[in-house]
Amino acid sequence: MLDREDKGMTLIVKTVTRITLGFILLYGIYIGFSGHASPGGGFAGGVIIALSFVHIMLAFGKDVALRHLKARMLRVLSALGGLVFLFVILMGFAHKRVPLDMIFDAVRSCHIFTNDIIIPLCEMVIVGAGLFAIFTALVLLSKIDKNSE
Amino acid sequence: MTVYLLCLVLFSVGLYCVLRKRNIIKIIIGIGIMEYAVNLFFILLGYRHEGRSPIFAEDQMIKNVVDPLPQAVVLTTIVIGLSVTLLLVSIAIRIYEKYGTFDITKIDNLKG
Amino acid sequence: MYLVPFLLIIPLGLAFLIALIGKKINAADSFLTAIGTSSLAVISYMIAFSVLANKILVYKTGNWISSAGIPMVVDALAAFMLVTVNTIIFLIALYSIDYVKKYTDQWKFYTLFMLMVGGINGVLVTGDIFNLYVFLEITAISGYFLVAFGTSADEFEASFKYAVMGTVASIFILLGIALLYSYTNTLNMADMANVLASKGPSKIIQFVAVLFLMGLGLKAALAPFHAWLPYAHSSAPAPVSAMLSGVVVKVSGVYALSRIFFNVFGMTAQISTVLIILGVLSMIVASLLAFGQSDIKRLFAYSSISQIGYIVLALGIATPLSIFGALFHLLNHSLFKALLFLNSGAIERTTGTRDLNKIRGVLSNTPVVGYTGITGALSICGMPPLGGFWSKLIIILACIQANRPVLGFIAISVSMLTLAYYFKALTPAMFGQAGKMAVNGAQKKVTLAMSIPMVILAVLSIVSVMMLLPNSGNALLNNAVSVLYGGRDYAAIVFGANK
Repeated sequence: MLDREDKGMTLIVKTVTRITLGFILLYGIYIGFSGHASPGGGFAGGVIIALSFVHIMLAFGKDVALRHLKARMLRVLSALGGLVFLFVILMGFAHKRVPLDMIFDAVRSCHIFTNDIIIPLCEMVIVGAGLFAIFTALVLLSKIDKNSE
Repeated sequence: MTVYLLCLVLFSVGLYCVLRKRNIIKIIIGIGIMEYAVNLFFILLGYRHEGRSPIFAEDQMIKNVVDPLPQAVVLTTIVIGLSVTLLLVSIAIRIYEKYGTFDITKIDNLKG
Repeated sequence: MYLVPFLLIIPLGLAFLIALIGKKINAADSFLTAIGTSSLAVISYMIAFSVLANKILVYKTGNWISSAGIPMVVDALAAFMLVTVNTIIFLIALYSIDYVKKYTDQWKFYTLFMLMVGGINGVLVTGDIFNLYVFLEITAISGYFLVAFGTSADEFEASFKYAVMGTVASIFILLGIALLYSYTNTLNMADMANVLASKGPSKIIQFVAVLFLMGLGLKAALAPFHAWLPYAHSSAPAPVSAMLSGVVVKVSGVYALSRIFFNVFGMTAQISTVLIILGVLSMIVASLLAFGQSDIKRLFAYSSISQIGYIVLALGIATPLSIFGALFHLLNHSLFKALLFLNSGAIERTTGTRDLNKIRGVLSNTPVVGYTGITGALSICGMPPLGGFWSKLIIILACIQANRPVLGFIAISVSMLTLAYYFKALTPAMFGQAGKMAVNGAQKKVTLAMSIPMVILAVLSIVSVMMLLPNSGNALLNNAVSVLYGGRDYAAIVFGANK
């Protein structure tokens, strides 16, 4: 991340952001994945992950933030997250009559794999990508860009 | 009992904001207050006497857990409230661009 | 029976799929929407035939037992509404393929449209009251987005007012669900009916009934809560108006109201009186306000409020004949109102304006639009032998049969008022001299994809009277009436099917 004095906030904010950014992301992933034992879960984790990206955007200006996570990728991520989620739910629906049941049984037998990893992961991806996309849209929408004055 | 009454007081504060304030942003904040009040009310309904959090731990003697169903319900409701707030805020930004004001009594193009 | 979850999987999956590939591949979004809605219509017909054979379909999600899980319950009422709604959605989707070509980001429209379809189907098939709330919210939120789709100043104002009022109503519904859960300790609707029947009447149930009336009454646009409807339905793009007025108001308002009040609470005399008063108020207020309208879509919106007043009045009287009339009028009105709103969209495209003082000569310019518009308008006014006449006749007969001749008189006079304002508004528009308007920014021809759904809807509104035929036609409708009239027997049927 370049250090340009004319965009974003002051030097102190930029330095502190560079240090703490990884920790915020890691903390968000931790809260997302340990939702079965402590308060949190996929949704809260997704919000914190989105906050880490918003942190980049606030501290460095929107160009730097968008260079690292393009707007197109956000749309793909949230739609993909939704589709994988739907597929996992479909596996819960299948019965013995559906001809694809062998695939479903094989995947469903790894109980931990579907229940405790995929579902919070999907929630985090959807919520994180979605919230950051909306924040980006709102920032791009307003004609006043305070970060570049 | 007083806890539930305080929740309803919070709800009526939010309702007053939605009904009587003229600024669009204050209306959105009022809707947020109403949602928080209803979510709080729903979670407080689930309290059982001397209950602990409803997490399944195999190595502890569990005497009483609080009701986990309102917690799952409220998680969903918070997400719904979040998306409604996002929608309202983005519409408020676009209204400011088109009408030039945040005053809801002046945003009155459609008549009848 | 395993078809029921597909009613939800297809729209939601297609919504995400269109969001993923809609921007890159050129015509993928409209193609997927057409395939999706047509398959939904076919699935709903198959489910309706299956419900006619066995009485009810219960699908337990994830094989949880009934009081702990979320079941999907399709009984005759839900099957009837599924058939109605999915047919109309398919036709509106066909119409909108050509209509949204004038917007830039088309894939967003199709995504929101499929999300709304998924929400509507979810409301119809669910058997759990919180699931009902979640799908109500999905429908409503995609509605708020769709109303603001054209990004003009009017649409934003209309969407904001609709969103604020709709959100307040949803919060009231949520408060009602919270109180119901604390009283009955279950969220399953059939289980709740059993618990409420065994616990007897109490004051908190009356409070919860009032909360549900406020919340669902706003979504159904009953009289004191109707203020959002003229804004939202007139400023939205035409297929969205048809969806909102022909499908969403009926499903999320009238269907949810009747399901909760007939099957969970049990119809008491107080609720019946309140529903009658609200229905009469809607009919009269909307008809009187419709006289002064100069915008064609606001006129149709006020007419919607008044016709839904008819439906709620007939539901309030709660005899078997009146419930039959209410459901039949619901089917008819969905058909006509969708037809009229699609018509108004076509008029707006060909003449470039929505002002009734300026539109002239629709019949001579674009005959398809003119004839279907006249059919729809005459149907709503209740002209025999079109469909609206039969349903209004049944409602009026039911009023008199239930020893309330005053209500029958009010129904007849409101029907005459309806004829009056439609006549006053639409006659100069349809039959006037063409060619005196300045058409800037309008296309001159109505394309095929826009005219075919209108023609099909007009034909359907004429033949919907076949639902009245004794042996074949009205089997589904009779079963639906018995579901509502049986009241709390809904719980027994659901649990009987659960063995």
